[in-house]
Amino acid sequence: MTRARIAFAASVGAALVLTASACAPQPSSTANASSSSSTSASAAASACSTSSPDLYKSGQLTVATDSPAYSPWFDNNTPADGKGFESAVAYAVAAKLGFSKSQVKWVVEPFDNSYAPGAKNFDFDVNEISITPQRAQAVDFSTGYYTADQGVLVLNNSKYAKADSLAALKGARIGVQVATTSYQAVQDEIKPTHQPSVYNTTNDEVNALQDGQIDAIVTDMPTVFYLASAELSHGQILGEFNYDSATPEQFGLLLKKGSGLTSCVDQAIAGLKADGSLAKITEQWLSASADVPHLKQ
Amino acid sequence: MEHETTAALNKQATGQDEDYRPSPRQEERQRFRRSRKRRDTWIATLCTVAFLVALCAAVVASPGWFRVHTLFLNGAEFRKTFPTILHGFWLNIQMFLIAEVLILALGLLIALVRATRAPGLQPLRLAATVYVDVFRGVPTLLLVFLIGYGLPALQLQGTPSQPWVLGTIALVLSYSAYVAEVFRAGLNSVHPAQRNAARALGLSEPQTLRHVILPQAVRNVVPPLLNDFIALQKDTAMVAVLGPLEALREAQINADYDFNYTPYLGAALLFIAVTIPLSRYADRLQRRAAQRQRAEAAR
Repeated sequence: MTRARIAFAASVGAALVLTASACAPQPSSTANASSSSSTSASAAASACSTSSPDLYKSGQLTVATDSPAYSPWFDNNTPADGKGFESAVAYAVAAKLGFSKSQVKWVVEPFDNSYAPGAKNFDFDVNEISITPQRAQAVDFSTGYYTADQGVLVLNNSKYAKADSLAALKGARIGVQVATTSYQAVQDEIKPTHQPSVYNTTNDEVNALQDGQIDAIVTDMPTVFYLASAELSHGQILGEFNYDSATPEQFGLLLKKGSGLTSCVDQAIAGLKADGSLAKITEQWLSASADVPHLKQ
Repeated sequence: MEHETTAALNKQATGQDEDYRPSPRQEERQRFRRSRKRRDTWIATLCTVAFLVALCAAVVASPGWFRVHTLFLNGAEFRKTFPTILHGFWLNIQMFLIAEVLILALGLLIALVRATRAPGLQPLRLAATVYVDVFRGVPTLLLVFLIGYGLPALQLQGTPSQPWVLGTIALVLSYSAYVAEVFRAGLNSVHPAQRNAARALGLSEPQTLRHVILPQAVRNVVPPLLNDFIALQKDTAMVAVLGPLEALREAQINADYDFNYTPYLGAALLFIAVTIPLSRYADRLQRRAAQRQRAEAAR
């Protein structure tokens, strides 16, 4: 009886010890290899080769985005075809870093997972992610590659189709997409009387708008343009508004916290801005039209 | 009548007569058992504490602890977001309370239909069987989508348009199929002799059902019903895909906005605060039922 018990206790103890040893910390080869992002340019240049040790896989640039990937950011949910604004930006950044088109590999990374701690399975994530100081505590951001305004979309026959200010939208039932800054923009700028409805995808938003569940969609301007032209047959763009005009909202590439590549990607984006190619890509994919009214309070 | 017999049985089982005095030997035995029990409790407690301490030490000593701590256990983030999550949880509570009432009623109705034997009711029985098969087979999330986006799209007069109402309808459809099967199992667990005896005493079929079969059937399936109730509570989070801001969605919004997972922890705590007491209660009911069944051995 007691002998059996001792044997049992011993086996449990052994199992615990084994488990503990299995969970021993990883040897810190890559764990603490984070170079501070303020390295000098010369040191950064050597780290920015296509065989840089900071890469997820040497000799290839692994780029992540969510699925489904929507127009106008991507085309047809196939980021690898170079079509759509963010796909084009990713390939342009890759080219600046010295990667050919065939060396770029795309992986799917749901937005909710992109800021998880620990190792990432991508070099950078391009997914219309707005840069905020709070977020920068958890991940690294590149410098912004696009400045986003918020846009408002309504149906033609809506009672809000004539609204010409944010105050006029106060009583509207507004839909936003989850994980976007639009939710905060609506809460801070419009302060609606109804709680905003939050949807997983723009498809769900459009459905809810057409079913009359909501009166208006608020999302970033390019998406509003796309929805108005491609998804909604009888919708109209009410206007745009700046969220937090002090610091314009910018989209940045997301990298692992302390990634050695951040400075390289920043350089690449700076280069794309300097030689005008970023402006060209923006012009090509995000045909910003100038006749959208600006909504004031 | 029934009460008297159970009382008598209980008396027999526990043997608590007025004039019963345990013998010295029996008292000795009880003292020994008590001391044993105390000792076992102490060992169990100490082992548990030691294990938890070891676990916490291992976690805190790990190299990534600081990152985990700031990303998952951020006090400031928790304080900032918890009120909105709590506000969202109120919607979860409304949804699962309303849904549970409807589910129990609908589930019982379907189970009773399936338990009928009159040949004329065959179409009803078929309908109930098909209902259970279909709604148990379809993933709940899919149902939420179908009802939530499909019903309003029909543009019919009088259909509810509130997303949380639509979501609750979907949950009711899904869960009443499960609960119908639970009730049916309960009805089948009552021995046929009970029905025959009731009929022999002159009770009509409805009376038999109402006073003899159902009380026993329901009592037998209270634990699985509570299990389904707990599952329902967690599944109310699925309604978030239709737009309403329930606890988990509020947590997700905050987490995605600040890139910090702490709000999810807040939501988890709220769900746990409701489900754990219920789980304990379900376990107790189960234990008591088992004791009733074999009162002799349960000492």
